[in-house]
Amino acid sequence: MDAVVEIFGNPWVSLAGKVLLVALIVPLSAMVLGFAEMKVSAKMQSRVGPYFAGGRWGWAQLIADGVKFFQKEDIVPDDADQPVFKAAPIIVLMGTVALLVVIPFGPGLIFQDLSVGIFYALAISSISTIGVLMAGWSSANKYSLMGGLRAAGQLIAYELPLVLAVVGSVIMAGTMSMGGIVQAQIDAGFPFVVVQFIGFGIFMVAALAELTRIPFDMPIAESELVMGYVTEYSGFRFLFFFLAEYANMFTMSAIAATLFLGGYWLPFVPESTLDYAGPFILIGKVLVLTFGMIWFRWTFPRFREDQLQTLAWKWLIPLALANIAVTAVLKVVL
Amino acid sequence: MSIEADAVRHLAEAQVSVELETEDMTLNIGPQHPSTHGVLRLVARVDGERAYDVKPVIGYMHRGYEKLSEVRTYPQITALINRIDWVSGYANEIPFVVAAEKLMEIEVPERAQYIRLILTEMARISSHLMFLAAYPLELGAGTPLFFALRERERVLDLIEGVTGGRFHPNFNRIGGVKPAAGSGSTSRKVAQDLPAGFLDGTRFAMDKVLSVCDDIENLVAGNEIILARTKGIGIIPKEIIAAYGVSGPTMRASGIPFDLRKVENYLPYDRFDFDVPVGETGDSWDRWWVRFEETRQAAMIVQQAIDGIPPSGPLQAKVPKVIKVPKGETYVRAENPKGEMGYYLISDGGQGPYRLKIRSSSFSNISILPWILEGALVPDIIAIMGSLDFVLGDVDR
Repeated sequence: MDAVVEIFGNPWVSLAGKVLLVALIVPLSAMVLGFAEMKVSAKMQSRVGPYFAGGRWGWAQLIADGVKFFQKEDIVPDDADQPVFKAAPIIVLMGTVALLVVIPFGPGLIFQDLSVGIFYALAISSISTIGVLMAGWSSANKYSLMGGLRAAGQLIAYELPLVLAVVGSVIMAGTMSMGGIVQAQIDAGFPFVVVQFIGFGIFMVAALAELTRIPFDMPIAESELVMGYVTEYSGFRFLFFFLAEYANMFTMSAIAATLFLGGYWLPFVPESTLDYAGPFILIGKVLVLTFGMIWFRWTFPRFREDQLQTLAWKWLIPLALANIAVTAVLKVVL
Repeated sequence: MSIEADAVRHLAEAQVSVELETEDMTLNIGPQHPSTHGVLRLVARVDGERAYDVKPVIGYMHRGYEKLSEVRTYPQITALINRIDWVSGYANEIPFVVAAEKLMEIEVPERAQYIRLILTEMARISSHLMFLAAYPLELGAGTPLFFALRERERVLDLIEGVTGGRFHPNFNRIGGVKPAAGSGSTSRKVAQDLPAGFLDGTRFAMDKVLSVCDDIENLVAGNEIILARTKGIGIIPKEIIAAYGVSGPTMRASGIPFDLRKVENYLPYDRFDFDVPVGETGDSWDRWWVRFEETRQAAMIVQQAIDGIPPSGPLQAKVPKVIKVPKGETYVRAENPKGEMGYYLISDGGQGPYRLKIRSSSFSNISILPWILEGALVPDIIAIMGSLDFVLGDVDR
């Protein structure tokens, strides 16, 4: 036993273990959520969804899809800006992986509890914007270019409400550390959503826009721009975008759960069990939030680009600012 | 920050300011594009997201039906023309056989007329359900598609039960309709003409269509985003309707209450009680709404026709074995799901037409595209194009 502790006590071994875990969570969460999307949308549309792969319920559908993507020819358009074109999917996925680092799965179960955790998370989530813009620009395709530019405009506009929505929770917790924010909710005895419901709503809307999911999927907009910035991608490069999209759903929901829903903590669950129950509680909350996102996607059509900007600048940002002001005043007064 | 704010302002107004040095881009939408309903191609000059000088390029699907008709006999032609607008194949056959019957001065038996009318309205329902399904999809909502297509499948199954074909029925004969598929004989004496249970099945299907209309109304008409995307988008004023020859629901959405079913007597519509829904402004939303209401009205017409159909009677008038249409010319037009469909038939007394001019609704309806798409945003191009509800087979023939 001591030997095991010693091996994992070694900083290099524990670092390698953490990296491996993060690298595993991305494809795993993408597969689970991708499968959930297929099945949930099927249910909503009176279909069966994946059925044959894997023998039952089509559970192996996404594994089969993944294998298929790897078998595909790696096509890079002749006119494409080769290095940029090839780097773009990696950068998009990198942003997602880096986000996972600061999510607390339990007390102490966090890859790196940065003191500016949420600040880091919001900063790093903007990196994928660069990847999207690179993909759109380098593809040498007009639809890709329009998709990339739409994505850039959209992500800039929604970064602000996203950040501002978080501030309320940070003020209440008095810390930017993700672990600290959960601890503050445990100490307060209630998840911050009880007070910060406006912040939570704005965060979820802005997160949907960040994820470019319906009703904010203009950068993809398959009925307008064919496939937007991913039009020219195929094979495993396309798989990277796919993984990033669904893993991002996971991380964004996890951040929302951590900031507003109490993270790995649930009222009435004894604190001593959180070491083991924590990850399950967090994943349960994530699944509820992602179900909401899937529900949205199969109910709503997409906005137009200018309507999206109107929503961000005229409604979400003033609302978020008002929320901050009220929270700050109450924090001082109470 | 100033660049950021600038960019956002431009996107919000969807206009590129003149100080920036910009370059227009020529965007080719189609012929292979998810939203061009087949093989329509639009060439647009795009300034940012705004499109100018949109030119539709058609003809990718030209099959030459007018010329082909000149070397076919009259009974063969119905097999061609139901491929014009394949979404409502049955309705295409009607004006043609009526034109031939008019020249031959044949009186079609009443029961055959009722069957024609029921199937025409069912073709209208299937065409409109396809539109009601596909239009939200073009705006990004995928679920109404499945709601509408599920009921459309019911209707198509019934059409298939009578005619033997889902899309291409080829059911009409000069002087009546073909005896039922599977009845084993083409003799006029066959007693069983409609398949057993057809009337009950149709009554059930119409109830289902009416109930899915309620579902779609909840899902689409109650959806703020769809309203925001379609209201005030792509307005066609009343005044220019005639200039472009726009017809059908697209015309009625602009506030012109003109329905050939009320005006012409190619089928006994005067015996039924139905409304002609009319829009107010002529925007994309009105066009959606008019077709939506028409689906309901069509279902009600079918219900009335099932109640009123003569229980028995001949399906075919007395016609010669070899059909020859007397010398002469005529034009018969009908209210098809997509608009006015007409056949100008010139006969020289032979077994086939001397000349058959086909006036198809989609061709005239999309001729308004350059006018209506001038200065539209790229997402609105899709929203407007979809709301015109055209079929490329109907455009190119």
